[in-house]
Amino acid sequence: MSAVLEVSALRTHFFTHAGVIRAVDGADFKVRKGEVMGLVGESGSGKSITGFSILGLIDPPGRIVDGSIRFNGAEIANAPEPELQKLRGNRIAMIFQDPMMTLNPVLRIDTQMIEAILAHEDIPRQVAWERCREALGLVGIPSPEERLRAYPHQLSGGMRQRVAIATAFLNRPDLIIADEPTTALDVTIQAQIIHEAQKLTRQTGTAMIWITHDLAVVAGLADHISVMYAGRIVEQGTTDDVIDRPLHPYTVGLLGSVPSANKRGQRLYQIEGMTPNMLAMPKGCAFAPRCRAATPDCSTAPQITKVDGRRLRCHHPQALGAAT
Amino acid sequence: MTVFIIRRLMQALLVVFLMSVIVFFGVNVIGDPVHMLVSPDADQADIEATIRRLGLDRPIWEQYLLFVSGAAQGNLGNSFIFGEPALKLILHHMPATLELAFSALFLAVAVGVPLGLYAGLYPDSPLSKGIMAGSILGFSLPTFWVGLMLIMFFAVELGWLPSTGRGDTGHILGIETSLATRDGLSHVLLPAMNLALLKISLAIRLTRAGVREAMGQDYVKYARAKGLSTRRIVFVHVLKNIMIPVVTVMGLEFGSLIGFSVVTESIFAWPGMGKLLIDAILQLDRPVVVAYLMIIVLFFVLINLIVDILYSILDPRVRLRDQGA
Amino acid sequence: MTDLADQPEAVQAAPVETPFRRFLSEFLESRIAAVAVCVLGLIIVLAVLAPWITPQNPYDLAQVDVLDGRLPPGSEAFAGYTMWLGSDGSGRDLYSAILYGLRISLSVGVASGIIALAIGMAIGLLAAYAGGRTENIIMRVVDLQLSFPAALVALMLVAILGKGIDKIILALVVAQWAYYARTVRGTALVERNKEYVEAAQCLGLSRLRIVFRHILPNCLAPLIVVGTVQTAHAISLEATLSFLGVGLPQTEPSLGVLIANGFEYMLSGRYWISVFPGLALLLTVVSINLVGDQLRDVLNPRLKK
Repeated sequence: MSAVLEVSALRTHFFTHAGVIRAVDGADFKVRKGEVMGLVGESGSGKSITGFSILGLIDPPGRIVDGSIRFNGAEIANAPEPELQKLRGNRIAMIFQDPMMTLNPVLRIDTQMIEAILAHEDIPRQVAWERCREALGLVGIPSPEERLRAYPHQLSGGMRQRVAIATAFLNRPDLIIADEPTTALDVTIQAQIIHEAQKLTRQTGTAMIWITHDLAVVAGLADHISVMYAGRIVEQGTTDDVIDRPLHPYTVGLLGSVPSANKRGQRLYQIEGMTPNMLAMPKGCAFAPRCRAATPDCSTAPQITKVDGRRLRCHHPQALGAAT
Repeated sequence: MTVFIIRRLMQALLVVFLMSVIVFFGVNVIGDPVHMLVSPDADQADIEATIRRLGLDRPIWEQYLLFVSGAAQGNLGNSFIFGEPALKLILHHMPATLELAFSALFLAVAVGVPLGLYAGLYPDSPLSKGIMAGSILGFSLPTFWVGLMLIMFFAVELGWLPSTGRGDTGHILGIETSLATRDGLSHVLLPAMNLALLKISLAIRLTRAGVREAMGQDYVKYARAKGLSTRRIVFVHVLKNIMIPVVTVMGLEFGSLIGFSVVTESIFAWPGMGKLLIDAILQLDRPVVVAYLMIIVLFFVLINLIVDILYSILDPRVRLRDQGA
Repeated sequence: MTDLADQPEAVQAAPVETPFRRFLSEFLESRIAAVAVCVLGLIIVLAVLAPWITPQNPYDLAQVDVLDGRLPPGSEAFAGYTMWLGSDGSGRDLYSAILYGLRISLSVGVASGIIALAIGMAIGLLAAYAGGRTENIIMRVVDLQLSFPAALVALMLVAILGKGIDKIILALVVAQWAYYARTVRGTALVERNKEYVEAAQCLGLSRLRIVFRHILPNCLAPLIVVGTVQTAHAISLEATLSFLGVGLPQTEPSLGVLIANGFEYMLSGRYWISVFPGLALLLTVVSINLVGDQLRDVLNPRLKK
């Protein structure tokens, strides 16, 4: 199956007064039809920027300086704006993190959903309205007609996010990028939203990139996972592989720091140190300052290697079950 | 919604009442108009007769009560100079001032908002920089000086427009106004521009700031992610958001237009309330001053009320919250 | 574990930049603002040095000769010096009159600004410190006053108080204090809700101390911006009032009075009597506003890149 999205060697840099921020500094991944890829990392790791880069929504002082983004075979990195506009909301859709901020507070829900359709298709308004109503029903919103006439602040957080999901699916896109869609919601609602999203992707065969900092979220949802640190992908593989047998010390750390009933009574594990200052990145492996397994070798930047059926960027892959 | 309006009305009444106390006592405690009105060689009997006639011999609080009871009946005293009821004088001059103020407001919005929109969307273009520089000039230049320059340039040097006075009046929708005739329009143009200049600058800066802030908001990014055209994003999403503060501020500024008209009217000899006020101040015609101030207070309170209501209509967040309350 | 000191890039930090130096460099990014500061400085210097650099003291009646009156720019006065900017109706050399006028305009504007700032700041801080009903009442008064345009408030006061330099300053102060009060209280409110204030309270610091040592310094930035713009307004307002005849009396001729004096000659072509003082006023107010504008852009945290 050919890939819906193929990203290679993507580099997005921000040229600020204070210096160059290499927000994304070498990302490679592939997403196929019907697959869900989890893109995991802390805040500042560059995962959101990766999502925006795909849609061409990087504003100055940032830009994509290198790499390729192939969507359905066609190159779209740094494509001209009219071309990108045709794709956005149409073939590639995005769900943002905080629906309160992303829905315009002074416009009604139906206005904001209908315009997403009418921007790409010339159909009568009434037909578009019908589609919106259907879409809201699909994501499990009761009495969709009333909700359509409402304003964003009249809906709860979970409801607004469902609206965002429904909007994303409106034009039956090939790819949906979901940028931390459940981070701003309660845990119970989170589970529901994840369930809705999963159901829809299975039904429609849409590919999805689910960006999050929470490994637990993607553990049940994603087919394969890419772990990002300081702008680079450090580990990539199937969900089972990455979660059960993590190889990169950072992934190990992430998994280890998830509190769980099995470890009750034990000291909560923490990754030592702090996220690097993006303006003063260490030469060599970015994780080295915090890594227990670091050696002088780590002062040279590790390249991607294929280890054990997955891709890894590390000089010292962890053995099974080590370092907890 | 009605509770909201009633509450605001009560507040408004309180304000008017307070202001009346301040204004009345302030004006009547300082200064002595009698000596302005009687000739220098009038004898004591004449002076006392004048004092009695004008009611100035009563204790001050009694004067105030008289004033209030009179005000409730629409009588705000008679002008010392003209002998006519002060209220009538002011109402007679009000249409001219309102004409000027509305023209200026219209100019301010019609010119200022589009310019501000452009400056906000393309902040680095030379035209934008020019607009912003112009706006600084606009609100730095003292109104009266601009008026002088306008007269000197357009009326004296170029002779295109008349320099003083109000033109002929006609009727629009049954209201008599000088905007209805060509002559009237030519007379109103310079003073309106003079008055509007400050507000145009304000509108430009307000709109531009609003646009800049709006463009950085998440909903704009989200709209772009949906593939909407820039045109739609600006004219529907952004504009609707910034119109709220723009409308409210411009509405409130209308009151200040009435205030500043004092200057413009003096320069252009426009027969409005403002000129009346200045003359009254210089001649210590207290009743007219008091009456003017009371009317202005009423005006302002009303304008504030209207703007508040308008705001709650325009911003769905406020409107629906009040409905639910 | 790798030693952090081994990482050469992290050690090469940027050269030490004090906040003030950064502020200065950001401020001077705008050439217009830089020019404005120079112009303003020049104006102030000229005004201060007026008695020493003008050929005539226009308010010493012994030096003024009505035969010199209404002469166009560049003419020679009776006493032998050149009147570069012409003379007004009574024979005063305009160049001298303008410089003396500047002194008055500037001092009235600045004095009223400073007093209004002190009062406004005190009241604003009081409101923030007291909280509760006191704060509510104070802010209602402030809002009430702010809903009237400053020009009108000043006019009303002048109508009540009459002419005179102290009365004008009073009127200007009353017209302005509310802006300062609102700004200070607004910033104080934002700061008050920030966590470091809660932390200080937990440490047991007295409220007074919190207000002065912690909240006040954060209010300074917006206060400076408001202060510059308000000073320009005050100068403009005084000129307007004087022009209308209800401001400063003839014995304290500010630029506004000069312009008023020249108004009657405008239509007969002797433009210089009004225009030159007007230009001086313009330059002063515009440069203050330009400086204030740039200050606002530089000090506004929300526009930081």
